[in-house]
Order: sequence, then C-alpha cells, then structure tokens
Amino acid sequence: MKPLTLMWIYCSLLLISSADAGAETAKDNYKTYCVQCHGMEGNGKGINVADMSTQPRDHTDAKEMSARTDAELFKVIKEGGQSINKSVLMPPWGSTLSDEEIEGLVNYLHQLCQC
Amino acid sequence: MNGKTRQYRLFLSAALLTAIAGTTSADERNFDKNSLDSQCLSCHTIDKKTPETLKDLWDRKGPDLSSAGIKYKSEWLTEWLQNPTRIRPAGMFYGRHLKQGEKSDEIETESLVKHPSLSSEEASRVTGLLMTLKQNQNLVEAGDYKPGSISITMGEMTFDKFKGCLACHQIEPGYGGLSGPEVYTAAKRLQEDYLISFMRNPQAWNPKTIMPNKSLKERDLQKLAHYLRALSQENFK
Repeated sequence: MKPLTLMWIYCSLLLISSADAGAETAKDNYKTYCVQCHGMEGNGKGINVADMSTQPRDHTDAKEMSARTDAELFKVIKEGGQSINKSVLMPPWGSTLSDEEIEGLVNYLHQLCQC
Repeated sequence: MNGKTRQYRLFLSAALLTAIAGTTSADERNFDKNSLDSQCLSCHTIDKKTPETLKDLWDRKGPDLSSAGIKYKSEWLTEWLQNPTRIRPAGMFYGRHLKQGEKSDEIETESLVKHPSLSSEEASRVTGLLMTLKQNQNLVEAGDYKPGSISITMGEMTFDKFKGCLACHQIEPGYGGLSGPEVYTAAKRLQEDYLISFMRNPQAWNPKTIMPNKSLKERDLQKLAHYLRALSQENFK
C-alpha cells in the first residue's frame, strides 16, 4: 500500500474517532433530557407534568407530530418552545447538545411517533 | 491523585465512617482506603471534575463536592448533615428512580437512598473540611450577586411564566416539577455568587447537567437570585 493511502486511512480513522468522542446516542439523550417532561414512553406524561400550565407534547401522537417539519423540531429542541411560539416550559438545549445530537433526536422522534 | 486531595479523601471518609459507626475514636481509626471509600466517597466525588458521559451522570449518587467551599453556606451544611432531608425529590438523577403511574410517570420512592446523619461534632468537622474544597473557583466572581429585593409575586412571574423554571423545580413543598432540586431552600443552601454563576452557565459546572442554559440576561439572573432569597425567607419545610 502506498504511504499516501496509508496516511489517508490514518487521518480518516482519527476523524471518525474524534467525532465519536463525547457524542451520545439519541436514545440516551432523550432518556436524560426529554423523559423528565415527555415521559418514559414519550407520551407526554413525565414526572414533571402535574403542575404544568401547558402539557408537554405526546411524541407518540402521529397526527400532531407529523404536523411539524424536521426544521421546526430541530429549532424547538435547540432554541426552546418560544422560538416557534410554543411554551416557555420547553427549554433550549442548544448549549447541552451538539447540532448532530439534535438531528439524532429529530430522527428519534420519528421512531417514537412512527411517522 | 495529589497529596492534598488524598488528605481530604481520608479526612472526609474517616469523619463519616465515625459518624456512622459511632464508636471509633480518632486515634483508633483505620485509614484503610478501600473500607473508607465505601462510606461517603462511594456516593460523592471530591476530585473528579465533571461527569464526562451520560452514563457518568446517571450513576452519580450524590453531588460532586469538589467545589463545596464556594457552593454551600457553611451554617446550612452543618445543620443539614445532622438532619439531612431530600433536596432532589426524584434523587440525584431522576431517570434512575422512575416508574409508570396511572396519570403520569411517578417517582419510585423505594429506590431512593437516605443520607446518613452526623453528630453535631462530626457535622462541624466535615463542614470545615468541605469548605476548604474550592475547585472551579475561576467560575465564581465574588460580588457577582448584587443585593436587592423582589416581591414573591414578581419573582414567581419571572421564574415560572417568563423563564419556565417551574417545569423542573418546586417553589414550595408539593408545587412544581420534580426532576430538579427544590428551590425554596436554594438560597439557604447555596452562596449567592455561586447561584448566579450556575444559572448563568450550568454547563460550565457540569457539561451533562439536565439544567438547560437559558442564556439569562444579567438583570434576570439578579432577579432570580433575589426571588430565591425571598423564597428562602418563607421558611417552607
């Protein structure tokens, strides 16, 4: 194998490993940050809901969830409910999660609503 | 581990071990690291910077004490160590203590562990040691909190309606969210400059924290700290 090819493989491996470091799976991020309000089943019934003036979105509701574009879902996770004229109770997670992790959560929401 | 940290570890562990055993005198203590670690340092860290992964966050059983000296108020700490109460209704990480209920998820209270209580003497001694732990001092600026006041009503408007903090925190026993620590005792427990620093940038203290960064303006940070002080004077138990 040519030295240049070897170098290319080495650099690619380095890039892959650095991208993996610190990135969490969407399921684990959901379990950590979203479940407190959206519930263990993603049905909007987390432990925090009893005194909430606006109830969290039921992520298993295909009708409601399919009314949102991926861009809106990304924005509301990153910048919070107010950014799309929804509740202030949904906080911004842009300082907690990377854009890639938020994209992962958007995909995970599609799994939950099966839509 | 450097020498200073090791010394704290031994001191803290020995103090708590004695409090629990209640019989060993200072001279008789066996400074065996393994047996001591199984006491307080099995739940707390004093030398680990932050949870680096979510798994680390989930597994934490008690607060990181490495910044205790710039975080807690010593009078409160001494009192609490003698009569510990639960500050986080759903435990250190709520996800470890969940079960499904009829209307919504509920706290699995049987899985929550009580903090041991210390004698008055031991509480004072442990407090003295904890107050010397000052990691992350660069994140706190003395005088960041500017003394002032706000009415409970206006404070609650900011906390709940404008900033949405009530979602995760209780502002009085039995009212508010359960995943975060109660805030009606926050200003009794925590130094005001720390409160400002943590609310300004929670991720600087713990990159994996479940406390979101709401990019609060200085004016709102001060208002919220005034509110927490006002709440603490209500003396909710």
